[in-house]
Amino acid sequence: MAEPLFSVRGLKVALPDMTRKPLVGRAPLVEILKGLDFDLPKGSVTGIVGESGSGKSTLGRALVRLLEPSAGTVTFDGRDITHLTEAGLRPLRRNLQMIFQDPMSSLNPRHTIFHIIAAPLKQNGLGDNLRDRVAEALDRVGLPQGFASRYRHELSGGQRQRVGIARALALSPQFVLADEIVSGLDVSTQAQILTLLEKLAEEMGLTVAFISHDLSVIRRLCRQVIVMRQGAIVEASATEALFDNPRDAYTRDLLAAIPLPEIDPGWLDTPSAPRAPA
Amino acid sequence: MSAPNCLDIDKLSAVLPNGQRVLRSVSLSVQPGEVRALVGESGAGKTMIGKAVLGVLPSSVRVVEGDIVLEGQDLGRLEPKARRTLVGARTALIPQDPLTALNPSRRIGPQMTDRLVRILGWSGQRADQRTRQLLDEVQIRDPDRVLKSYPHELSGGMRQRVLIAAAFAAEPRLIVADEPTTALDVTVQKQILRLIAQLQREHGTAILFVTHDLGVVAKISQKVSVLYAGKVVEEAETETLFAAPQHPYTRALMAATPRYTDPFASLKPVDDTVLAGLKQEIATADQAWRRPHG
Repeated sequence: MAEPLFSVRGLKVALPDMTRKPLVGRAPLVEILKGLDFDLPKGSVTGIVGESGSGKSTLGRALVRLLEPSAGTVTFDGRDITHLTEAGLRPLRRNLQMIFQDPMSSLNPRHTIFHIIAAPLKQNGLGDNLRDRVAEALDRVGLPQGFASRYRHELSGGQRQRVGIARALALSPQFVLADEIVSGLDVSTQAQILTLLEKLAEEMGLTVAFISHDLSVIRRLCRQVIVMRQGAIVEASATEALFDNPRDAYTRDLLAAIPLPEIDPGWLDTPSAPRAPA
Repeated sequence: MSAPNCLDIDKLSAVLPNGQRVLRSVSLSVQPGEVRALVGESGAGKTMIGKAVLGVLPSSVRVVEGDIVLEGQDLGRLEPKARRTLVGARTALIPQDPLTALNPSRRIGPQMTDRLVRILGWSGQRADQRTRQLLDEVQIRDPDRVLKSYPHELSGGMRQRVLIAAAFAAEPRLIVADEPTTALDVTVQKQILRLIAQLQREHGTAILFVTHDLGVVAKISQKVSVLYAGKVVEEAETETLFAAPQHPYTRALMAATPRYTDPFASLKPVDDTVLAGLKQEIATADQAWRRPHG
């Protein structure tokens, strides 16, 4: 396996549980991630899969340090970034990019696409040749140059997601966090976005953490997979090994619950295995 | 034919204020006790058809042609009040998002019984009994707690169970299920699909099942209509559709649908020539339709 870009040991994240916050005073903390150990190898796409509440998005946010871990260490490219301050993180930000699920809410409605893609370039001292750089970023994701002057509402869902990818990749980052980036899209668009990300990750040698609830998409795109449940890793292995021979019962459950687009009269007769209470 | 179909939709067309057609001469029928899937991507008009049947189209959408016949009664010929009474008694909806379908500030119990009491004129006691019976059928084991809960106190899967129970409570002949499992995790989705299928069989209810997921279509339906831009591009028995899809768009949709068992043969982008062909097909249909309609 390649040298890891991320090395994570004993990662815990605790967040305030607002449903139990007293009227006066602090909300009690609830542990979302319960001590995770894993590596993300350089230059490959790792899938992180789990159902809602499994902690997969929290894990992503801890990797790019939108959240500060409460215990453990996160090492990025040989450097401990677990408790870096915002100022300490700033020089690393260009290498820690993200693409979100809903580009409608992650793209500023009052800025043109040019402005949206140019902003991170300017912030990272790449303000020269902005026009060329933005043109290159649009070209990379297959959008016509004319889109630079448009606003997000003038774009379709798939086009918006292309802008999200263009913005994240404009800085040629080492790492990209992609959090459910195709879940809101129609299947035909979904396939286009995945093909695009697959191609760019390969060409640019990106390290990607691809968070998704969809194991089909994960199998297509990822070289290794981490299966999460209730804040813990239940299984982590190379993609083919995981699909050919899932070791954990929960992974097998997840696979069996996916309705494949083929006739299978017995499918509805087999129950999902009952899950242990949280 | 002996018994009338549960639902017949004949050449239904609807337009926006700017004259653009959103439903394009849609025809389909649902036999008693049958599940018909309406499948398509966003903008295909699948939800719109369900809303037209239930009589809850947005005010900007106007039906300009076609008939909706529910159990032999042509809804277009009924007075609005008679239509509402008939539709209210014979149909029900399972919506996509139970949180928006439920009133957040009322307990589950009265929300479930109100419809039975107010619309169907049942006694409170009968409505309560029936509600508890249905909660039992959707495998809710602690009905007292659930009936006293507010919607936010239940999980997504539990809320969807409550709405399924509510939909079946009045023994409708037809249920419109509008993406009822789209917001759920896969394991919960499977439980909910199993429940819907089981109740549907036991009660002999027909379902118009709106979904974007060909996987769900394959598992739940006996018949299927594939829609694009408000037009039925193909309809078939579900088994036939999967064995031998006829329309290029249906084939493209199948090739785009993810299959974890075969990741590289699935998730194929829809070919531009297929989309161009579809647009041409729709333009031709619109032209032919507009001629007599001036």
